[in-house]
Amino acid sequence: MALRTEEIIVNVGPQHPSTHGVLRLLVTLSGETIIKVDPVIGYLHRGMEKIAEKRTYIQYLPFTDRWDYLAPMFNNMVYTLAVEKLMNLEVPPRAQYLRVIAMELNRIASHLVWFATFALDLSAVTMSAYMYGFREREEILDLLERLSGGRMLYSYICPGGVRGDADDEFLRQLDKFLDKFPKKIEEYETFLSQNKVFEFRTKGVGVLPLETALNYGVTGPCLRGSGLAFDIRKVQPYCVYDQFVFDVPIGDNGDCYDRYKVRIQEMREAVKIIRQAMEMMPKGEIKKKLPPQFKVPEGETFALIESPRGALGVYLVSNGGTKPYRLKIRAPSFSNLSVINEIARGAKVQDLIAILGSLDILLGEIDR
Amino acid sequence: MGVIEKLPLPRIIRVPANDLFSWARRNSLWPLTYGLACCAIEMMATGASRFDLDRFGASVFRATPRQADVMIVAGTVTKKMARRLRRLWEEMPDPKWVIAMGACAISGGGFYDSYYVVQGVDKIVPVDVYIPGCPPSPEALINGILTLQEKIRREPAFI
Repeated sequence: MALRTEEIIVNVGPQHPSTHGVLRLLVTLSGETIIKVDPVIGYLHRGMEKIAEKRTYIQYLPFTDRWDYLAPMFNNMVYTLAVEKLMNLEVPPRAQYLRVIAMELNRIASHLVWFATFALDLSAVTMSAYMYGFREREEILDLLERLSGGRMLYSYICPGGVRGDADDEFLRQLDKFLDKFPKKIEEYETFLSQNKVFEFRTKGVGVLPLETALNYGVTGPCLRGSGLAFDIRKVQPYCVYDQFVFDVPIGDNGDCYDRYKVRIQEMREAVKIIRQAMEMMPKGEIKKKLPPQFKVPEGETFALIESPRGALGVYLVSNGGTKPYRLKIRAPSFSNLSVINEIARGAKVQDLIAILGSLDILLGEIDR
Repeated sequence: MGVIEKLPLPRIIRVPANDLFSWARRNSLWPLTYGLACCAIEMMATGASRFDLDRFGASVFRATPRQADVMIVAGTVTKKMARRLRRLWEEMPDPKWVIAMGACAISGGGFYDSYYVVQGVDKIVPVDVYIPGCPPSPEALINGILTLQEKIRREPAFI
């Protein structure tokens, strides 16, 4: 006798500890197998793009921090880059190096939060990986607080340069941190990389084929996990990234384990970049003086940078006034989330959390 | 050890029920994980290694409103989320408290002219403690929790 089966719909979120914010997933299941995943977004829509039209260029800078609140330096950078492109502004060389140092420190901090929450979601080492990830993150936040004055949201990179110079104490502490951090990464890897439970839950799970990734516009570690060494820092260098020697880590088959490996490796590369930037940094000015209400010449531009989640872009239109005419954000998390239906289909329901965690999405950036 | 051993047998302590319940309630606040935006990251940091909210008995973050005592609204409440927030608050068993963490939860903050942001969570649910900041530092959140504990100590345990 054939058993009668029925599809059921499971609602995950919007208030759920593993959705990394306020995401809602409508999961259609047949038994334990996922048939369809429907992400429902918009629970954190704050009207970021509309607000840009009501603020002056400098007033809008603190709002950029709040797009992707785990990596505010990158949001500052891409917005600043767009404004500077329109204004044809030359930035003092010391500011360029300080920007790179701040951004790469922020990249490590962002990946550490991802590491902590990913391990927590998989309950790989119940609570401890979470604690370890946040331990090192606090040290980075201390460094960035010394540099910029802010603990989490900085508004550090601004049109014309940066706010706040690196003093000797900062450089000394940064040097100390860079000395010990690679050992800490090895410590994390001993937790997870050879952990059998972790391997079972991530290897071969959520395989993202390269062609699917390209079709959906997936960027960042998710694309590199699928085996394409596409990094905006190499392809289209901004700031002074063309002067540093670093590798772009890639994965083999694009499963959750590969995306994990790519991010761990990226933290090591970030340490390399900061070391080089510290050595090459010249002395001198850090900011070009600008009036508080400067005007931006008429025109439109697109700026693109590599954030910890992928290619972050800003399309900025100016009508020659003191406020942006239109600002459009190209958020990497949005494209990375849209691929979830493709890769979660056919997986078991418990793998959905691993897949979602490995994509490293952030709702502040998706909903804007 | 010590004080209890010195008591004459059968070692009974008499306290007003009000004090006992209020003592128990304020020292084991179980918060609901209600991270919405940037403040949620600071809430996570407060529960993590350096700040260790466990010292104040308030780090047992529950993912379900049925087991929670205090709702820490950490982040921007949008119009789409407002109805869910009210519902989760209603699902929490009494006695319950609400902490509004950050400028957005207090009054809408920088999004005062946004078309999709609720101008303060106190328009939806009654708030006990407001923690200013954008985002408030973990020390501020700890201070807010201590303030709430003080408030619970002062209010009657039975109504």
